[in-house]
Amino acid sequence: MSFFFEVLIGGLLAGVMYSLVALGFVLIYKASGVFNFAQGAMVFFAALTFVGLQEKFGLPFWGAFVLALAAMVVLGILTERIVLRPLVNQPQITLFMATIGLAFFIEGLAQLIWGTNVRRLDLGIKDEPIPFLLERFDMALSGFDLIAAVVAGVLVTVLAVFFQVTRVGRALRAVADDHQAALAVGIPLKQIWAIVWSVAGFVALIAGLMWGARNGVQFALTFVALKALPVLIIGGFESVTGAIVGGLIIGASEKLAEIYGVPFLEWLVRMLFNISLTLGGIELWFAYVMALLFLLIRPEGLFGEKRIDRV
Amino acid sequence: MRAWKKTVIALLALAGGVAIVLPVAAQQAGTQFMGVLGYRVGPYGANGAAFFTGFLDYLALVNEREGGINGVKISWEECETEYNNAKGVECYERLKTRNETGPTAIHPMSTGITYGLIDKAPADKIPLITLGYGRTDATDGRVFPWVFPILSNYWDAATGIVKFIGDREGGGDKLKGKKIVLLYHDSAYGKEPHPVLEAEAAKLGFELKLIPVPHPGNEQQSQWLQIRQYKPDWVILWGWGVMSATALSTAQKVGFPRDKMVGNWWAGSEIDTEAAGPASEGYYAASLNLAGKDFGVVKDVEKFVYAKGKGGDPKLVGTVLWNRGLAAAMYTVEAVRTAQGKFGKKPMTGEQTRWGIENLNVDQKRLDQLGFATMVPPLKLSCLDHGGSGLVRFQKWEGGKWKPASDWMSGDKVMVRKMVEESAAKYATEKGITAGCMKG
Repeated sequence: MSFFFEVLIGGLLAGVMYSLVALGFVLIYKASGVFNFAQGAMVFFAALTFVGLQEKFGLPFWGAFVLALAAMVVLGILTERIVLRPLVNQPQITLFMATIGLAFFIEGLAQLIWGTNVRRLDLGIKDEPIPFLLERFDMALSGFDLIAAVVAGVLVTVLAVFFQVTRVGRALRAVADDHQAALAVGIPLKQIWAIVWSVAGFVALIAGLMWGARNGVQFALTFVALKALPVLIIGGFESVTGAIVGGLIIGASEKLAEIYGVPFLEWLVRMLFNISLTLGGIELWFAYVMALLFLLIRPEGLFGEKRIDRV
Repeated sequence: MRAWKKTVIALLALAGGVAIVLPVAAQQAGTQFMGVLGYRVGPYGANGAAFFTGFLDYLALVNEREGGINGVKISWEECETEYNNAKGVECYERLKTRNETGPTAIHPMSTGITYGLIDKAPADKIPLITLGYGRTDATDGRVFPWVFPILSNYWDAATGIVKFIGDREGGGDKLKGKKIVLLYHDSAYGKEPHPVLEAEAAKLGFELKLIPVPHPGNEQQSQWLQIRQYKPDWVILWGWGVMSATALSTAQKVGFPRDKMVGNWWAGSEIDTEAAGPASEGYYAASLNLAGKDFGVVKDVEKFVYAKGKGGDPKLVGTVLWNRGLAAAMYTVEAVRTAQGKFGKKPMTGEQTRWGIENLNVDQKRLDQLGFATMVPPLKLSCLDHGGSGLVRFQKWEGGKWKPASDWMSGDKVMVRKMVEESAAKYATEKGITAGCMKG
């Protein structure tokens, strides 16, 4: 039974890592109603800039962090100026296509500036089983995952407060509802977009540091966005809380499916067709199947807003 | 947009393309042109960059030190494949008609791209050199006259790893009842060792569990939880790119000892171990070549290429994959030199180079002359054997460095050869190929 709980808790903690990436998507979506395809590239760019600064200029952690954050803010402002501003009031699909182009540009820019070498990122957090849990309950849970959960919790709290309490947060929500109406009541759309892209850059930096510390900073960081997609569908595209809950659901269910579902499927294939197959590796598409089911049942996601349009 | 504007833009784009291509074409005339299917960006870009930098640095060395191959200068053009099969085939198509002699020989540097080119190469008369990867049964040159999986193939690697594990356990007979997991990249590359490992398991009596990791492999919690539940004695890592570093860090996360993990030669470079940091300590990996700068050829590259500002990336010099790229280029150059011995000192066509590869003999004396010494084993090819050595050497990651953990050794060569011939014969039947050695 302890193994089941190890899979479950490990899955939940893995889900938190997905949520860290999903939060960036949520921020942009909340402010502009755009699904930002470039979020994975931003995670890569942020982490690569951080380690690149450390490596090239020997900067300490906080020095590199501040400069990487500044780079993300500049990237956010430039994105608003060059990509988004000319597209105000254009259909959502146009903005979405623009973010696809942006993703490829950011990936290329990051590799052009810092090269393609894989770099180690040491945050000083041990990614090893916690001895107490291992000895007492035979559960291999990593301290790194627990810290990631705390970081995600803090981020969610800060963002929730930002959106609910601050003037900028309320303006962001107004912009997301209707660009033209927000402009009509005097909300500075351009500034709001620059702010939200900068905040999304900050979230990308945090996600990049956590993922990069585990596997090294390399191009594959861009693929973490794939893990965030089903999280968003389940949690809802405009909900910070949804990003966390969606992450937990995806993390836990895909791990349980891989560990307990695969042997069952292999047994089923053997029984039905008398073929011995090695299935495995189902977790990637299982998360999307889950998302598809949620789309059929609750298209707006668990915490998404139900939109009713006048016709 | 008005029609004339569109026309002007199209003409400008066309002019730009021509401007890029013309100097290349001019540079290629009368040279031994090499078409290079490289990858330096994307999820496997770091690995590709190290290999292809070494490859091109060696070609530059031959030009700078000797004025080319017997006086024939080498030129090259690199096309970015991003380790993507479709792009790989596209690059091949683009390069195959370059220069009057074609691209000499192609190193696809990807098992998937190799599979995509196997049927095209004979038609285009372009040899494929697949150093330590690709289709294993292509070792039988009677069925695959245009494909050369030189040095060692995946089945040599798999049986070599089993032998290495057996040695650690006190002999191959001690493997009976042991549990071994193959954690593999879920692709053509990752599936290549399955048949031979299953045969080894049946022969030696160990239990084999196959666990796939979906591309790109940057999240492996489930796979390692399965490993933790299964409690294997050893894990064989058949990874590439981020998958290898993630496997090492996740092994640490679930408490699996790294000195019970053995990677194949594509999961054993500094790129993998440095990215995983302390999680890599004690990890073993097979290798086709030794790492390090302590070889005459490396010193020559530094002196003749890097000192003149013509090198690729000084940080890569002496790393596992850079040295492998160097060796791959050396075998190609020596094959051209062999072909020149028969056809004359001029640029060789693909067909002539194929003959040169099939008759290649780089013995220890020649390796010493070339400054490779012990970096790679000697290599002698023939129509029957397009592989050559079948040797593998193991290394261990200790204190931030790869250190040799064995001498050159071979796995079960008899079994591998038998399986190669069976598989090649099956392929020949499927494709209607009459097996036999090519003349000339």
